Amino acid sequence: MTLMISHLLLQHYWWIIVSLLGSILVFLMFVQGGQSVIFTLPENNLQKTLIVNAMGRKWEFTFTTLVTFGGAFFASFPLFYSTSFGGAYWVWIAILFSFIIQAVAYEFRSKPNNVFGQKTFDIFLFLNGSLAPFLIGTAVATFFTGSMFRLNLMHQVQWATSWYGLEALANFRNISLGLAVLFLARINGMLYIINTIDNEPLRKRSAKGLTINAIPFLVFFLFFVISLLISRGFEADPETGIISIEKFKYLHNFLEMPVVLIIFLGGVLSVLYGIGATILKGSVKGIWFTGSGTVSAVFSLFLIAGFNHTSFYPSVYDLQSSLTILNASSSLFTLKTMMYVSFIIPFVIVYIWYAWKSINNTKMTEDEMKTDEHKY
Amino acid sequence: MIENVDLTLVDWSRAQFALTAIYHWLFVPLTLGLSFIIAIMETIYVRTGREEWKKITRFWMTLFGINFAIGVATGIILEFEFGTNWSNYSWFVGDIFGAPLAIEGILAFFLESTFVAVMFFGWNKVGKKFHLTSTWLVAIGANLSALWILVANSWMQNPVGMVFNPETARNEMVNFWAILFNQVAVDKFLHTISSGFLLASMFVLGISSWFLLKKREELMAKRSILVAGIFGLISSLTVAYTGDGSARTVSKVQPVKFASMEALYEGKTNAGLITFGVLKDTGRKIGEKSVKEFAFKIEIPGLLSVLTSGDRDAYVPGITDHISGNAKMGILPVSEKIQKGTFAKEVLTDFTRARMVNDTQQVHNIKSVFNDKDFQKNYFKYFGYASIERPEDIIPSVTISFYSFHLMVVLGFLFILIFALAIHLLFKGTISENRWFLRIALLSIPLPYIASELGWILTEVGRQPWIIQDTMTVSKGVSQLNSGSVIVTFILFATLFTILLISEISIMTKQIKIGPKH
Repeated sequence: MTLMISHLLLQHYWWIIVSLLGSILVFLMFVQGGQSVIFTLPENNLQKTLIVNAMGRKWEFTFTTLVTFGGAFFASFPLFYSTSFGGAYWVWIAILFSFIIQAVAYEFRSKPNNVFGQKTFDIFLFLNGSLAPFLIGTAVATFFTGSMFRLNLMHQVQWATSWYGLEALANFRNISLGLAVLFLARINGMLYIINTIDNEPLRKRSAKGLTINAIPFLVFFLFFVISLLISRGFEADPETGIISIEKFKYLHNFLEMPVVLIIFLGGVLSVLYGIGATILKGSVKGIWFTGSGTVSAVFSLFLIAGFNHTSFYPSVYDLQSSLTILNASSSLFTLKTMMYVSFIIPFVIVYIWYAWKSINNTKMTEDEMKTDEHKY
Repeated sequence: MIENVDLTLVDWSRAQFALTAIYHWLFVPLTLGLSFIIAIMETIYVRTGREEWKKITRFWMTLFGINFAIGVATGIILEFEFGTNWSNYSWFVGDIFGAPLAIEGILAFFLESTFVAVMFFGWNKVGKKFHLTSTWLVAIGANLSALWILVANSWMQNPVGMVFNPETARNEMVNFWAILFNQVAVDKFLHTISSGFLLASMFVLGISSWFLLKKREELMAKRSILVAGIFGLISSLTVAYTGDGSARTVSKVQPVKFASMEALYEGKTNAGLITFGVLKDTGRKIGEKSVKEFAFKIEIPGLLSVLTSGDRDAYVPGITDHISGNAKMGILPVSEKIQKGTFAKEVLTDFTRARMVNDTQQVHNIKSVFNDKDFQKNYFKYFGYASIERPEDIIPSVTISFYSFHLMVVLGFLFILIFALAIHLLFKGTISENRWFLRIALLSIPLPYIASELGWILTEVGRQPWIIQDTMTVSKGVSQLNSGSVIVTFILFATLFTILLISEISIMTKQIKIGPKH
């Protein structure tokens, strides 16, 4: 019994870690959001250079968080890794493809003799900026709406459609979360520009862009949240592991885990406050409210997807193939080993914070762009 | 297990992974080595305060940056391809294999990505010492990430620290330290990072030689040759030493790979080491695989026996021993391993069936069979062989293994010579006049890349048909996709990687021509 409890605890612990990484990833996609506005927000080339360089100094954090998110999922819930990646092939390949073109675009865009010209690499940045948040949001939505797969006795995935994951795009609930994440990334991107770049015209244009993007964000986000609260969910019997459909499952999860509900509501309010304070009061610190709100809200969504006897990766094709944090996890030994490794995370956060502060302690200016040697 | 494996799918999945790995490895070794060279140069700058060293550091840092991004981009694909293209593998061993990848992210990638930003953008924002620390942390982070991915790869070559759990139908980790300190991992890590240092040193030496040939930036070039020459010589000697250790370990844990890389068909005592050889078909066959022999060879008698066992009279088993068995050496014939593996697989199938129909008594009985040490040692150990159709299927390509190994070794010795010469000429003060040497150094830049790729080709081709040595074949690890999807993504990746490579080479060449700024 002790063994079971400790394994159960570790399964929950690792779901929290994965959820935290996922929510930080969504926040860090402000980089993608910034990239998605490079053709519309700046008035001139210098402003575009400022935006690209502001984002370019942070792209590695998003990239690394994505890789760590994948690695942590693999280590702690390998059945999800094998099922989702091996089944929803095209969705993940599309996401990866968009990240390949991002990494090189920053380094190559302004370098002489880059063969394809700056515009090509700017298009790469725009594509990554638009596609990655949308596709990741859509993929995460399937945690609530389900996917078309079956696992055989040896836990090998067989995807039930020849679209290999692209069928998720046929569900408007998935798309609405994808679009909400995209517009949220754009909002965070513009808030980051306001916070980091010392350029009044660009700040004004960003504040205006914020208003324009806040409306579709709210529409798609509210649509997704309301549909989530009234939708059926995937209940996993704690004794037998049998999966069944439960009405208002995610609403129940919020009500049965009030702390998670508070985190969610606090997160949403913080996001709205960050946007409102920037638009109405001209604050330059909105990114910290919206950013922390993003982390909180997304974190709580992950928690209601996996906690409270819920299948976090349900199959609508074969209900009993659905994945829960219990049946998809690594062994007790592996989770325990990884738990010791995770104790390093606070130190990682401290040095990231220190390095981030060191680089961001002065605002980026036009002059810097004219003199900086390592400019994107 | 999948009974009807689509070989087209397996081959294309294998091709896609090989493509990504080959491209990834074009960029990573330079990152591993150049990061340390830059750190050494910046240390000299901080200690001496001489501006020329800052200029040198920043020049190589620019080239580092161009290379770094594309290495990162190809790396992310590799990690996720374990899931997208090898999902059965990912489940079967995910309990073990996922951990090093996660640790790589937490311990290494964040270190690297956090401080690379300080390294590039912090020159005028942070103090000299903090900047220098950041540069060193980038080098350490890059090499730490190599450690964890090499631990993961080494485990595929020599699976240790695990036990099979019939209830979950997967292998599970039971000893983390056995995985981390797996002898293959220790050898591979030291051999791989030192080869990266070597490659970067040759890169710096070659480009610096070009500046000397053009009579440009002579001070920077000579200073760079000094660092690269010493670093390269130490690295190339380390590569030779660790390569020897690595080969010895292969002879113990992957004896068929070892026999293939020496093209040793018939085992013998006083076995000679082939230093150079040309293979030809004999017309004979083992099953359906043709047997090779040497059309020409240079051999040092007895040295292979000495290198593998420290004894000239030691018997080194050949490929035939591993196929047909050798009772004296305790080697079972493959046909017997297949029988034992098939039996183990049948027991697992019975167990799964019993669980399906809730036959608790039968489940209990079979579980006790699985817990039996005799069953583990004499039957389940050969579980992977249940997927082998014909005994000769366990022979990897002898031609590829032999040539990739020997060419790599020859190049390795050439590098020692080049670095030693560079140091000699530099200290003699005649390096600028020896234009023949400068040309050789310049033309040698691609050689470590070739040697490095050959090393990986030997590692991976030599392991075939296994994805995990003796435990799972490649064909059993593949995701059940339609081959058309994988063909399309292969073409997409091949096109994109090639486009990016062309762009990188063009940018790099231009930056070198521009030379250091300030």
